Amino acid sequence: MTNAAAGETLLAVEEICLRFGGVQALSEVSFDIKRGEIRAIIGPNGAGKTSMLNVINGFYRPNRGVIRFRGQSFTRMRPGFAARNGIARTFQNVALFRGMTTLDNLMTGRTLKMKRGFFWQLLRYGPAMDEEIEHRRAVEEIIDFLEIEAIRRVPVGRLPYGLQKRVELGRALATEPELLLLDEPMTGMNLEEKEDMCRFILEVNAQFGMTIALIEHDMGVVMDLSNRVVVLDYGRKIADDAPAVVKQDPAVIAAYLGVAG
Amino acid sequence: MTDAVTPDTFPKLLTLNARRFAGRPAFRLKDRGIWRSWTWSEVEREVRAYAVGLSRLGLRRGQVFAIIGNNRPKLYWSFLAAQWLGAIPVPLYADSIADEIGYVLNHAGARLAVVQDQEQVDKILTVSEQLPVLAAVIYEEPRGLRDYDHGRLYPMDEILASGHRALAEEPSLEAWLEAELANGTADDICVILYTSGTTGRPKGVQILSGRAIAAVSDSIAFDRFTERDEVLAYLPLAWAGDHYLTFCQSLYAGFCVSCPESAATVQENMREIGPTYYFGPPRVFETLLTATTVRMADAGAFKRAIYRFFIAFARRHGEKILNGREVPLHVRLCYALGRFVVYEPLKNALGFSRIRVAYTAGEAIGPDLFSFFRSIGMNLKQAYGQTETFLLVASQADHQVRADTVGQLMPRVEVRIAEDGEVQYRSPGQFIGYFRDAEKTAQAITPDGFVKTGDAGFLDKTGHLHIIDRSKDVGHLRDGALFAPKFIENKLKFFPNIREAVAFGDGRDYVTCLLNIDLTAVGDWAERNDVVHGSYQELAGHDRVIALLAEHVGAVNRDLALEPATAGAQIRRFLVLHKELDADDGELTRTQKVRRRFIAERYAKLVEALYSGVETVEAATEVVFEDGRKGTISARIKIYDMEPVAALAELAA
Repeated sequence: MTNAAAGETLLAVEEICLRFGGVQALSEVSFDIKRGEIRAIIGPNGAGKTSMLNVINGFYRPNRGVIRFRGQSFTRMRPGFAARNGIARTFQNVALFRGMTTLDNLMTGRTLKMKRGFFWQLLRYGPAMDEEIEHRRAVEEIIDFLEIEAIRRVPVGRLPYGLQKRVELGRALATEPELLLLDEPMTGMNLEEKEDMCRFILEVNAQFGMTIALIEHDMGVVMDLSNRVVVLDYGRKIADDAPAVVKQDPAVIAAYLGVAG
Repeated sequence: MTDAVTPDTFPKLLTLNARRFAGRPAFRLKDRGIWRSWTWSEVEREVRAYAVGLSRLGLRRGQVFAIIGNNRPKLYWSFLAAQWLGAIPVPLYADSIADEIGYVLNHAGARLAVVQDQEQVDKILTVSEQLPVLAAVIYEEPRGLRDYDHGRLYPMDEILASGHRALAEEPSLEAWLEAELANGTADDICVILYTSGTTGRPKGVQILSGRAIAAVSDSIAFDRFTERDEVLAYLPLAWAGDHYLTFCQSLYAGFCVSCPESAATVQENMREIGPTYYFGPPRVFETLLTATTVRMADAGAFKRAIYRFFIAFARRHGEKILNGREVPLHVRLCYALGRFVVYEPLKNALGFSRIRVAYTAGEAIGPDLFSFFRSIGMNLKQAYGQTETFLLVASQADHQVRADTVGQLMPRVEVRIAEDGEVQYRSPGQFIGYFRDAEKTAQAITPDGFVKTGDAGFLDKTGHLHIIDRSKDVGHLRDGALFAPKFIENKLKFFPNIREAVAFGDGRDYVTCLLNIDLTAVGDWAERNDVVHGSYQELAGHDRVIALLAEHVGAVNRDLALEPATAGAQIRRFLVLHKELDADDGELTRTQKVRRRFIAERYAKLVEALYSGVETVEAATEVVFEDGRKGTISARIKIYDMEPVAALAELAA
């Protein structure tokens, strides 16, 4: 892989508009995500960041605009298609199966990769068993990577929030995505948990060459992690550059401080 | 070991085990969720390859090989590979800060180091300019190290693989390995253990391999360990307790050492392995009991009642049954029922189902804590030894167990009590001196070869050794009453709500103490009693928490009042510290012992307040975070006065 920031374009959104009734959530937003980079999407509350992620993985259908993914153009993405084609995500409010253990939650991330049908799985014999072992091995690698051995058998609902976030990242990794969308991976975490999460994100990017787009409020985290930052405000893109440049941008400062500009 | 000449080095023991226990497991590690094991013959093959690899990195006879990390099979093999070449392994505590690691590596003059992961590599790199002789660092886990400059960094797998390759390609190496092995003698230094030291910089305790093996053979015979025993290695690799009682004993008896998946999974791994032999300092047992008590407080009323009844029953009769004394039939029947509904399930949850021999040592254990585990049928015993002893001075034989002693002397150990009450011993495995520190060595060993323990104690009529306290810590109040701080602190620490206690009183008018709350236990209590708090500091300073601790202090005072010798040493004033005592701040040793003098200096203002009449005191304390940054915690602390309990003698008068 070449320099992370100089890779080819993996995904691009072009002039995306999204309206809910009278509310213009996104207007003519365009930016691209290059292969191998960590791309941050920032902005004040209600700027349209999560809506943008939802458009990318197909939860929302944009009113106008085009999504280009691996050279193909779509007027809308579909969640199932996105998942099968290597786009995984985590959610702002953790969305795990709370009654299931960490291990089982991670195994659900492998569902799309299981080839044997329902009845084979019921038999749990021969090829179905081999397949389960293979997937379990992949999941154990992730458990080791995220250092969550101690909670392997604990139902997710009983875990503290910071660990639930970690499990959710694990489930996204289990799908072996090409593009990982992280919606505020550090909210509600203490400093140590944030540092751990930063370490995992950097490792995922460096070790597996995974492309990452993340929404984050903590400017320190954004500065440390991302190669490029796109800034949204009231559904519009107001800046798109390297983090150090974006931080100095008067429009961005105004948006964050609420100065009429 | 009667079939042949007893080997005089640990690598020779390894080759012997590879012959007599070839197919039996020697090490296990839970990795990626699966227990993986290595047999003795596999371990021998790996160690041979490892030794070749180390030799190619330039490790030679007499040079020092540092080992930093948690309990991992490959780090244990590092000891054997170094010893095979005649090099000296020096293990270091994995949670030491960079400075401490720098000091020891520099003092020992380490030539090579093997470390577990990136964290340890980072620490060495921070202090690398102080370490001119350190030629290379080997790491076990490659994660995060990909982009590091690999000039002097080597992955362990590569070292092992190159060793195996070399052995396959050059048959002459086998003969060279045999010669290296044969070069090892009983007079080789087999390990240097740096003691955490309650005072000053760590000192390197040098152990000779022949002496060590002689001492191990006594201890194996004492508890009849065989290759069928099982142990889980979870204590710091650099601690004498782990090195002697787990690693060295395993090599002699041939039993399997299992390594947990991570520090957080020890409890779960205990349940999976079901060790027959267990060793832990009192603190570990304290933590287990606290966790159990807290979990039971959350259980339903019915379960709680059953638990209370049978634990109280066990406290009355359990020890008698374990000690093989006569008890009436109905007591036996009731105890059997208790085993079925409480004791066995509890032991199973703690991973103690198959325990045949368990030891606590390292510090005095509270008698109540000790008898709790014995009463539920666990053969927990006490032993006494120091890093300098190599293994044990005294140990309790089965059925000879008492809460107030550390047992009878081990075979071939001599003990005498000095005039000031200090225990001095001569043991078959004892150290030959501190590495590069003749002055300290001269202070520790008497001209006639006895080692000074620094502990005060006495031998009773039955030959049991009693340890009261550190001899320098035993003092007197101004009115002459005996003041043994640790004795008082242990009584306090038996309450799950009290994590740490430091008592003062030597040369003073009365006894006072600093207390640390146990965040788990008190936090849980606060939740059930609607005590709102936002931080440790706030909880520790809460009026109701202080009142709760005052009840415990009152109970200890009543206990002290029972004995004429201790009645004068009741606690008159105490305060609850605003921060947890921490090894990173130098307040505890790495093995979590209180550094009394340091605390007295650091909190001098608080101690003075305890002896002046004031009701509150302002405290500002500097703390060091794990990454070396510093910060300050400040608080206004309340002081609580206690009414002394009348001594029994006075009541009678």
